[in-house]
Order: sequence, then structure tokens, then C-alpha cells
Amino acid sequence: MLRDKLLGHWAPGILRTQAFRIVLVYVFLFAVSATVLVGFTYWNTERALDAQTDAIIEAEITGLAEQYQRLGLMGLMDSIKNRSEHEGQGLYLLADNEGRTLAGNLIGWPPSVTQAGVISEFKYDRQVQNQLVTRRARGKAFLLVGGFQLLVARDVDEREMTRRLFTTTLPWSVGLMLLFGLLGGALISRNMLRRLDTINRTSAQIVAGDFSRRVPVTGAHDEFDVLAENLNRMLERIERLMKGMREVADSVAHDLRTPLNRLRNRLEDAQRRMASQGPQVEDIEAAIAETDNLIATFNALLLIAEADAGTARGTMAPLDLTQLVGDVTELYAPVAEEKGVTLAASPSGVVTIEGNRSLISQALANLIDNAIKYTPQGGRVSVTLAETPAGVDLSVADSGPGIPEAERARVLERFVRLESSRNSPGTGLGLSLVAAVARMHAARLALSDNAPGLKVTLSFLRAPLRGR
Amino acid sequence: MRILVVEDDLEAQRYLVNGLKEAGHVVDDAADGDTGLTLALSRPYDVAIIDRMLPKLDGLHVVAEMREHGNSMPVLFLSALSEVDDRVKGLKAGGDDYLTKPYAFVELLARIDALMRRRSPAAVKTKLAVGDLELDLLTRTAQRSGQAIDLQPREFRLLEYLMRHAGQVVTRTMLLESVWEYHFDPQTNVIDVHISRLRAKIDKGFEAALLHTVRGAGYMIRAAR
Repeated sequence: MLRDKLLGHWAPGILRTQAFRIVLVYVFLFAVSATVLVGFTYWNTERALDAQTDAIIEAEITGLAEQYQRLGLMGLMDSIKNRSEHEGQGLYLLADNEGRTLAGNLIGWPPSVTQAGVISEFKYDRQVQNQLVTRRARGKAFLLVGGFQLLVARDVDEREMTRRLFTTTLPWSVGLMLLFGLLGGALISRNMLRRLDTINRTSAQIVAGDFSRRVPVTGAHDEFDVLAENLNRMLERIERLMKGMREVADSVAHDLRTPLNRLRNRLEDAQRRMASQGPQVEDIEAAIAETDNLIATFNALLLIAEADAGTARGTMAPLDLTQLVGDVTELYAPVAEEKGVTLAASPSGVVTIEGNRSLISQALANLIDNAIKYTPQGGRVSVTLAETPAGVDLSVADSGPGIPEAERARVLERFVRLESSRNSPGTGLGLSLVAAVARMHAARLALSDNAPGLKVTLSFLRAPLRGR
Repeated sequence: MRILVVEDDLEAQRYLVNGLKEAGHVVDDAADGDTGLTLALSRPYDVAIIDRMLPKLDGLHVVAEMREHGNSMPVLFLSALSEVDDRVKGLKAGGDDYLTKPYAFVELLARIDALMRRRSPAAVKTKLAVGDLELDLLTRTAQRSGQAIDLQPREFRLLEYLMRHAGQVVTRTMLLESVWEYHFDPQTNVIDVHISRLRAKIDKGFEAALLHTVRGAGYMIRAAR
């Protein structure tokens, strides 16, 4: 069951880990910076290549212009023919003022080149292995004396291919980078999650009362081991404190119960000796009653301390809350009826939780007792069990005067009794015990307005604590 | 009845012994576990009252040893320890009842009476009768003077417990523990209310009352004389 649970929350669990989030952010940052870096490098290289191309073009134009000046048109045409014969990157075209081709290896004047003296890029057709191929070139037109136009250009198709290569491979690289990043992140997170899970599980068991548990140390001497060791040291200290508290509770119990016992014994003894009725007998009866109140308060305090110390956790067992509610309600039904208060319980089905029957019964008894006590005749006290996604809510709602919102938190403290209830009997520990029982069962205790009246809700977790 | 008291608090012991003697019992006492165990194994007692924490040999061990020697004398533990799991430990060790200090003497007496009664169980009964009140344990029905009495299941158990201890004082705590299986003190007198309802069912309209309140102690059901 534990395994299923673990596996069940595994996949979304990884996505929620801090490690995975960090890896995700880093992968994203890395992808962005890699793209920017590669893009910048490419752009820079291209610029340098273009500059180089431009320099060659300028040099050739200067050379050809000189040729024209020295040798005239025929000399220029010869030069161009010479240069055109090399199957290289150099492209030339000499046209007269009417656009007729005089020399060169370009077929016709490219229409996009209209302005002289400016570097521009254009497309041109070229015979490659008897096939006409459109390629890209970069060149500059130059106006010669006599209305002749000279176009000197260089084929830059290879640069284009490089660019295409970049633009098609870059997304793939980034994609792969992200994929590997995610996989790596998942692996790292899984490892972290696994180790954190052991720590979490151990903590949950400790919260559930098993103070002997320790976080396993792997011996890798990494930060997790340091954390585990620190946690274990802390746990040892807590365990020692809890044991101390239990011992104190036991010795306080023993040391106070013994004299209280003697006190009660003596009073009873005195009562037995006085056979007749009289004022002394009444005094002694009153003294015994006071002693019993003292004992009740002391027992309640001790029980609260025990519930908080986790002494009773060993006594937790699966119990049917529905039956428990039925039993306690039944116990109080005649009391409510006698007071003219409707006591209604609406449990349904079987709701199983892990708990101590006696303590939860006592807590519920305290709640119902209080509710009946504060509900006027003709009022209503309802005990409900409602299943929630996390577990089950046990509520006791009355139609009494309720507790002002500002005072609700305060009534859970020990010995607090509101002004309005000073004169009714009780130790003032009823709700404190309910709170302690709630803490012991990892249940949430909430006081709310029942409009009118008070609604006290205990929210139990359905799953057994040790399974979490 | 012969009773063994093993208690190390001498004042409490003296009080206990005096009270029991006044109630007409024959009492032996011991102040430590060793002596207590020796006495328990060498003499026949009807019931033993043993403190949970004793010098030399702990109360739990005394009872465990007794049980190991085949001694089945009923034992009532007295304990000044905190309560929640201690009662369970005491009963597991072989104790028959468990009373937390400080206790009321009437409570102790009533429990001892109940323990001694338990020791001599009559053959398995299918019917209980007190006066003209009859309880059929098989059909779970009750009738008085031939008149059927309609009882809720819990009322039946309450009446059954009272009738099994007919002629004995039964305290509120005993009822709460046996009939409801609760080991806590409900702040309100819930048991009194349940008893008065039961009383209305079995005594109302009949000349002689069977269910009596014993002042300062609890309740008793007995046939009218």
C-alpha cells in the first residue's frame, strides 16, 4: 500500500521538486544563452566574410578601372574574359550604356542591381554540369567613362548554405539540449526525492509517536548525510525529553496521588466514625466533594499531559468512528432528554480512523456534555460525521449562546472559563483535553459559529499516520 | 472473607486494613512485593489488593508470579501511576480489576465484593431473577410479574449487570466500565439518568421497588423482603 502510494505520487512529485525546478531554469537559461552565443558567432562570422568579399570586390574594381584607363575598352574586355574563364567565385559583367553585354560570365544584367557604387546582393543563374542553377551573389556596379557599366561580384552561395545549416540545426540542438536537460533534471530530482522521501517518512513516523525511529545515513558524507545526522541528534534529544516528561508525569502522579489518597482516606474515616447526622457530617461531605473535584482536575491535567507526551500512542488502533459516535451519543441521550434538548446524531456508514477509543470517546463526551450544558431548553445539539477528501469531520453543534469569535482561541487554553460560565460546574479543562486529544491524533480542532450557537469540529485524517 | 493487602504506603495500608476489618473481612497485610507473593502463595485468600508500585518486587511481577504458580486468586490493582496505558498493563499482567488512587472506600468495597462473587460462578445461567423480575439472557427479554418490559439493548445490559450483582452495591464507575466500557469520569451524572429511566421501566407501577440507590456509593438491585 505504501509502495502504491509512493509510486502514485512519483511522476508529479518529481515535477514539484526544487531540484527539478532548478534544473529546468538552468536548462532554459543555457538554451537561451547557447542560442544567443551561436547566433552572435554566426552573425559575426558572416559579417567578417562579407567584409572580406567586399574588400576583394573593391580591389578588383580598382584593378579593372586602372586597366580601362591604361588599355581602354579592349584591354578591359580582355581582362574580364581572362578572369571569367576561371571557374571560381568571381563574377563579371561589362555592359554598354544600352545594357548590352560586352563581356563577362554573368548571363544578363541582374534586375535588382540598379544603383552604381553600392554593394548589393542578387540572384543569378549559372550553368553547373549543364544545368541552370540559381545562386546568390554579392557585388557592386561601377560606372565607367563612356557610359559603360561594370558589375563585379562574388558567389556567396556557400555562405547561404552555412546559414541554412545553422538555422535548421540550431532548433534541433536546442531541442536535444532541453531534452537531455530534462532527463538529467529528472534523474537528479529522483535521487534527491528518494533521499528526502526517507527523511519525510521517518519524520511522519516520529510525529505519529514512534520516537525510536532514526533517519538512515548512507555514508556518502554528502549534505543529505549531514542533514540526517543533525536530524537524528535532534530526535535523540526529543526522545530524551519525552522520556523525561513521561517520568515526571509518572512521579508527579505518584507523589500527588499518594497524599491525596491519604487525605480522602482520613476524611472517609472521620465520616464513618460520625454515625449521626449533624453539621460536622455535612462539612466532611463537602470536604470529600472538594477533594474529589481536586482529584478530577488533577486527573484531567495528567491526562492532557499524557495525551501530549504521546504515552497513549501505543494504544492507538483502527476504530469505527460511527460506532463511537453512536455509543457516546446514546450515553448522553437521556441527559439531553431530561433537559429538554434534542440530541441528534447522524452518522452513516463505517468510518475507520486510527485512534484511541477511550480518549476520543472522552473528548466527544466532553463536547456533548458542554453542548448540552450551554443549550437552553428546547434547543438542539447535533453530532455529525462528514467524510472529507482528507478524512472525516466530527462535529458537535449546539444552539446555545456560542462563543464570541475573539474568545474562541482562548477557550482551548487550560483552565480558561469564560465569565459567562464561571458559576457552572466543571474543571475548565474539558476543551483543553479535546485539544490535546486532537493533537495526539494529528486532527485539526476548529471552533466556528453555528448561528446561533457553537460548532466544534474535529477533522481526523482517514489514512493511518504511519502510512504517510 | 479473607483478603490480602499488599501496600507499601503504611498509612494507606492501615486505613485499608481497618476499613476492610470493619466491613467484616479477615485481612493480612504485607508492605513489599516479596512478602506479598509469599503470603499469596502460602495461604488461601478470596481476593488480593495489590499496589502497582512496590519495593523489592513490583506489583505487576507479583501477580505474574502468582499466575505462573497456578494461583487464580482475584487481584485488584491499586495504582498511583498515570492512567492511559497502565490499566492495560495491569490487566495484561493478570489483574482482574484496576483502581486508581485516590479512590473512594465504597468503590473499593463494591469492587472486592464483585470480584469475590465472580470467583464462584454459578453454572452458566440463561435466566436471571430478582424477586418477580426475570431476565431471559437467550431471548434478551425482561418481564416483571409476567408483564413484559420493553428494554433498549443498553438498558438490558445495565439491568443484566445489576442483576448479576443482585444484593451488592454497584458503583457508577463500575457501571460505566462494565456496561459502557468507558474508563473516564463523565462530568455530568449520566449514569444516574440512565438508572432513573431503567427504574421507571422496572419499578413504576409495582408496589415493591427493586432498584435502590445506596447513598454515597451507588445502586443495588434486590428483592423486597
